[in-house]
Amino acid sequence: MTVAKRVEANDPETPWLGRIGRLAAPFIGLFLVLGIFVAIEPEAFASARNAQTIAVQTVVVGIGAIGMCFVIVSGGIDLSIGSVIALASVTGALTLDAGHSPSSALAVSAGTGVACGLLNGGLVTSLRIPPFIVTLGMLGIARGLAKLLSSNQRIAPPPESVGWLEGFVDKTPEPSWLLVAPAVWSLLVIAVVAGLVLRRTPFGVHVVAIGSNEQTARLCGVAVRRTKIVVYVLCGLGAGIAGAVTLGRLGVGDPTTAVGLELQIIAAVVIGGASLSGGEGGILGTMIGAFMLSALSAGCTLAGIDNSVQEIIIGGIIVAAVTIDGVRHRRNRA
Amino acid sequence: MSETTSPGGVPLLAMREVRKRFGGVHALRGVSLEIERGEVHALVGENGAGKSTLMKILSGIESPDAGEMDFLGRPWRPTGPVDARRGGIAMIHQELALAPHLSVAENIALGVEPRRVPFLGSVSPLDLRSMRKRSEDVLRRLGHGDLDPGRRTGDLPAAVRQIVEIGRALASEASVVVMDEPTSSLGRRDADRLLELVGRLRDEGLAIVYISHFLEEIRRVADRYTVIRDGVTVSTGRMADQSDEGLVERMIGRSLDAVFPPGGRSPGEIRLRARAIAGRSLPVDASIEAHRGEILGIAGLVGAGRTEFLRCLAGLDPTDRGALEIHGRKIRHSASVRSRMRAGLGFLSEDRKGEGLALAMSVGENLLLPRLRPIARGGLLSSRRMDEAASVWLDRLAIRTGGSTAAAGTSSGGNQQKIAIARLLHQDADVLLLDEPTRGIDIGSKVQVYGLLDRLARDGRTIVMTSGHLPELLGICDRIAVMHRGVLGPARPAGAWTESSLMSEAVLGGADADGEEAA
Ligand SMILES: Nc1ncnc2c1ncn2[C@@H]1O[C@H](COP(=O)(O)OP(=O)(O)O)[C@@H](O)[C@H]1O
Ligand SMILES: [Mg+2]
Repeated sequence: MTVAKRVEANDPETPWLGRIGRLAAPFIGLFLVLGIFVAIEPEAFASARNAQTIAVQTVVVGIGAIGMCFVIVSGGIDLSIGSVIALASVTGALTLDAGHSPSSALAVSAGTGVACGLLNGGLVTSLRIPPFIVTLGMLGIARGLAKLLSSNQRIAPPPESVGWLEGFVDKTPEPSWLLVAPAVWSLLVIAVVAGLVLRRTPFGVHVVAIGSNEQTARLCGVAVRRTKIVVYVLCGLGAGIAGAVTLGRLGVGDPTTAVGLELQIIAAVVIGGASLSGGEGGILGTMIGAFMLSALSAGCTLAGIDNSVQEIIIGGIIVAAVTIDGVRHRRNRA
Repeated sequence: MSETTSPGGVPLLAMREVRKRFGGVHALRGVSLEIERGEVHALVGENGAGKSTLMKILSGIESPDAGEMDFLGRPWRPTGPVDARRGGIAMIHQELALAPHLSVAENIALGVEPRRVPFLGSVSPLDLRSMRKRSEDVLRRLGHGDLDPGRRTGDLPAAVRQIVEIGRALASEASVVVMDEPTSSLGRRDADRLLELVGRLRDEGLAIVYISHFLEEIRRVADRYTVIRDGVTVSTGRMADQSDEGLVERMIGRSLDAVFPPGGRSPGEIRLRARAIAGRSLPVDASIEAHRGEILGIAGLVGAGRTEFLRCLAGLDPTDRGALEIHGRKIRHSASVRSRMRAGLGFLSEDRKGEGLALAMSVGENLLLPRLRPIARGGLLSSRRMDEAASVWLDRLAIRTGGSTAAAGTSSGGNQQKIAIARLLHQDADVLLLDEPTRGIDIGSKVQVYGLLDRLARDGRTIVMTSGHLPELLGICDRIAVMHRGVLGPARPAGAWTESSLMSEAVLGGADADGEEAA
């Protein structure tokens, strides 16, 4: 019975086949989304301009999702990421407003994210509270702090002070041979580095090990607490950078931006093949997931589909992705 | 205390008067152990005797409260499991300690990954080539050279996963390997192979501490043994100088005569009658009659279909043919588990951890789950009333736990099993279908379960039980039937069977066994 099934699993099988299988679902989803919108709005959707828009929109979700991917693979979750992005955009805007350079603004935004991540990781590991609860708390705290710092107003620094941050996310970049905004290229570089770190370094293996079987990781001398803290800090760092990118795009620090964005970011990671119970997930899949979501929202906007309907669609996709994940697990375990 | 001293010279490893307390629990109250070079040393004792704790101290996972340890002639004070592994002592755990999502090579190297640019620390690129080579080397040593180190560990069968864990120990060049109940999750053939492997590693010069409940295994591989009971070393010596009975008596601390309850029960009228029932999981019709006050045993090999038969009776697996009666009342095929429970059926799963108990829930919740309504007042449960109701059963069955509010998973195996049986009694079942009620529990608890089953039968309950252990069936059942490849044979009085006639019918099937009996 169970014994027989276990023996079957011993059949020689190429390991990369399994990974391709896991990546198949996000690819199919992506092509489905692209296909549908190309069919509905062939002119507008399949244009270079729209491709540039989608690419830029991917940056915020994508950078956030890279950090989130580490968190989810380690068996955790970070619900506070949307609020932290808003907070980081506000602190960055305040820095510009105070007359500092765009680079300092980026540093301050990133630092804001790191601080939130440190707090998340510290609470998760030292108080042994489930990450779901800790980061739910942070969701409220960061959002409240953003509103407090900005007195509930958008912080609009002088337009010229935004400087290179604006060009960084410009859909039609200077010079034009870049094709897409520098931020998109940066995202790609960050993704490649993150992918290598997750798969090809002891740190990455430790993250997977913690999500896969935390006891084992501890037994093998993995610094479980430190690794977990670093993972939340990475996620916070991603949120901070995403906040700076948001600031560049909007030109203002908005305490009410990125509400519910955590859902999209988590969805990108899960669509990309990660398991919410930890141990599984990858950067490539996450990037596909992020790209699919921004293609979806760009397409909806072009097709004149209402925002509220978009939210319903994204919610449905999340449920579908998690269901597929569950089915795959049941099959693996049988 | 010690019956033979070590044959001259300094032992490879010595632990002296080691003590350890967990809160109020004295896990170790002075244990001494000596391991020689190149020996397999069996560490035996009942569940909770302290074997795992002692070995966790040896391998750096726990630190001792008192006592001394020497290894290779020097004091041994590992600061953690990795330190111990580097120092030469590695442990293979009772619950397999592997990360299922990582590859074989990654698991073997976990915690000590080779780095290509060491000064980058843990974000240095991994040295994949040497990681792979290291794994291939140890796997070859373990006779699994054909296993691809790139395979995902979770996809491998349990026996191979165990090899991976042993590989982790060998990769660190350990000279002492501790194996804590390594065969408990393996089937017969894989267990045999593991025992051969243990012999081979000894011949390579490794010292192995081998913990197991199974005396046959210990007989096969061990050179010497140490028995601990209640956290104290009670006996140590050479296997050749000690009988199985002697070992068991030292483990349980009393004589063996009192294992099975005395016979002399008198079964009454028929209470459970299954006529030619069959279903998807039970392709061949099976019939059985069980009486009031009777213990009816079902023998058979693993996979013979005993579990499926009991599950069909309990309504957990669907049936589509045949007739089932309890107390003379017909039970329809479509009758739910719940309605069968109301008719008096109670089922005990063989898979205690996976299915039988919700280990994270409290003892009381587990025990009372099937029948909460009588305990509720105005539809509300109060923890006081639950505690009262549960405590009655805990007392009556002498169940030792941390109280009714402790998580069920914190009790020992034997007590968990008693909780599961108590649940059937609370449910007020009078036909108990018990699948392997003594599996995985130690000898002392088994004796208590035998006594409990005897008492329940004398109180008028009907018990149908399976067991893979023939002496147990012969010792406690009134009648026994054998199941062979899905075919259930007729039940005969226990006195008409012997261990060998049961075995031959289990292996060969009814017809052949009859022939042998006639001969
Ligand atoms: N971490 C722990 N916390 C509290 N009690 C423990 C812990 N580990 C073991 N014990 C207790 O110590 C005793 C010995 O347990 P153990 O070493 O696991 O026995 P064995 O391996 O011989 O079955 C048991 O009573 C057990 O409940
Ligand atoms: Mg143990």
